[in-house]
Amino acid sequence: MNETANELLKTVTDVDGDFKGAYNIRINGACASRQSTEHIKLETKPDAPGLVVTVDADTVGETVYVPACVTAGGVDDLVYNDFYIGENADVVIVAGCGVHSDDSADAKHNGIHRFFLRKGAKVLYKEKHIGTGKGAGAKRINPVTDAYLDEDSVLTMDTIQLSGVDTTERKTTAKLAENAKIVVRERLLTDGEEYAKTDFEVTLEGKNSGADIVSRSVARGNSRQEYSSLIIGKAPCIGHTECDAILAGNGKVYASPSLDAEHEDASLIHEAAIGKIAGEQILKFRTLGLTEAEAEEKIIMGFLK
Amino acid sequence: MLELKNISWSIPNGRTVLKNIDFPIPDGRLVVITGPNGSGKTTLAKIIAGLEKPSLGQILLDGEDITPLDITERAKRGISFAFQQPVRFKGITVRDILELSAGRELNQVELCDLLGKVGLCTRDYINREVNAALSGGEIKRIEIATVLARGTAYSVFDEPEAGIDLWSFSGLIKVFEDLKKNEKGTQIIISHQERILNIADEIVVIADGVIRDMGERDKILPKLLASDKTVGECPVERRISK
Repeated sequence: MNETANELLKTVTDVDGDFKGAYNIRINGACASRQSTEHIKLETKPDAPGLVVTVDADTVGETVYVPACVTAGGVDDLVYNDFYIGENADVVIVAGCGVHSDDSADAKHNGIHRFFLRKGAKVLYKEKHIGTGKGAGAKRINPVTDAYLDEDSVLTMDTIQLSGVDTTERKTTAKLAENAKIVVRERLLTDGEEYAKTDFEVTLEGKNSGADIVSRSVARGNSRQEYSSLIIGKAPCIGHTECDAILAGNGKVYASPSLDAEHEDASLIHEAAIGKIAGEQILKFRTLGLTEAEAEEKIIMGFLK
Repeated sequence: MLELKNISWSIPNGRTVLKNIDFPIPDGRLVVITGPNGSGKTTLAKIIAGLEKPSLGQILLDGEDITPLDITERAKRGISFAFQQPVRFKGITVRDILELSAGRELNQVELCDLLGKVGLCTRDYINREVNAALSGGEIKRIEIATVLARGTAYSVFDEPEAGIDLWSFSGLIKVFEDLKKNEKGTQIIISHQERILNIADEIVVIADGVIRDMGERDKILPKLLASDKTVGECPVERRISK
């Protein structure tokens, strides 16, 4: 494993050193190393590039690492990973992707993840994306997530992309059964000429199912972002979608949170707020001794924390 | 020592709000600047902290003219400012803002000490965001704690009682009583609450943009309470004073 791969993996997983427990490390479209545990099996997907990850019922407290990285231009990685989470399991899945290009060719990763959460399963899904390298080649990451939540299951998605990805298009869909919950916390920072698009579609099919989707983003430089979300309520349910965006420089943001209540007891809320950093916020931090630039940085990093 | 030398301030292309304000603020004193609404008190506080520039006049800090210095530079020279309407932030926690104020990481004991001084329980607040979910009384106390965390020689509080409910008010007064007892440095409070005037060392009365009266509390306060003629109308709100 080269130094670039090591750095990217460390950044996206926060693991410094050897991976422990269940993991699959994917580098430039191939499996670099893999390990299963007694209760978590990682196997090659028979019909497409990627993995089938099976977490046994009642598995609690384990973490599965499935990071991927692309370390050079000219690589166009496509991976399909399926996660089957057994009844009442409670696990953390750390995915994430780093792409690096030092030449003129594009480096690209497309990750298509499907989650099947059985009754009572809980998953915290952490995904960090980063692009590095000084080459003219674009760094592109396009994640697709499709989640199917059986009754009483909970999926929490914690996603973050802070720098260096030239284009990203994220598509997330979820279907929830009775009492199932999905929580999404997305944080996104774009700069320069970067472009990011996120699109959520959550269908609340079961009684008392719920969705809470919150996206916080900052668009700097000449970057452009598009946010769309749709929560469909087909049962007595609670849904909330929120997009908060800060504009800096010439950044542009399009936000379109939307709701579709197809049941009379569906309770759905959407919010969107886009604007520059409030002048009062900068002033407050300056009275603490920060310069204007330092104040802006602190406000943005706090907002995205 | 801070000295205000013939400070005047006008609304751009408009009326003159402050006219020849001239007084020294001796070190280690608690000075309350009072006066009717619209008399220019908040503008004066902002001029001290650098949030506004005077049209005329100077601000001297230990003899040095700091008038040209901006907000950041004045903060670094040891002037702190508590906003009348504290600013709210999404994602910034109470711990974050106190550490930014202190300029370093704070341990649990230090955070507990700071929040305790403003009557808040550390455990309940330390990881809360300084956002719209905080009540008016809570955010006022946190604002004051940011000034305490800086521990600077000069602290300016702009109407700390504004916008808080009756129940929080008594607690807030106690915060300032404790500050006076326990904290070093010079405190400048913009207020028209009798109970805050009661703990002042010195009172400066401003009305119609000029100093109407100033001096030791024992000399000024009885006059304010006895008659409203001093400033044209009584600057002291007594409704919740006892």
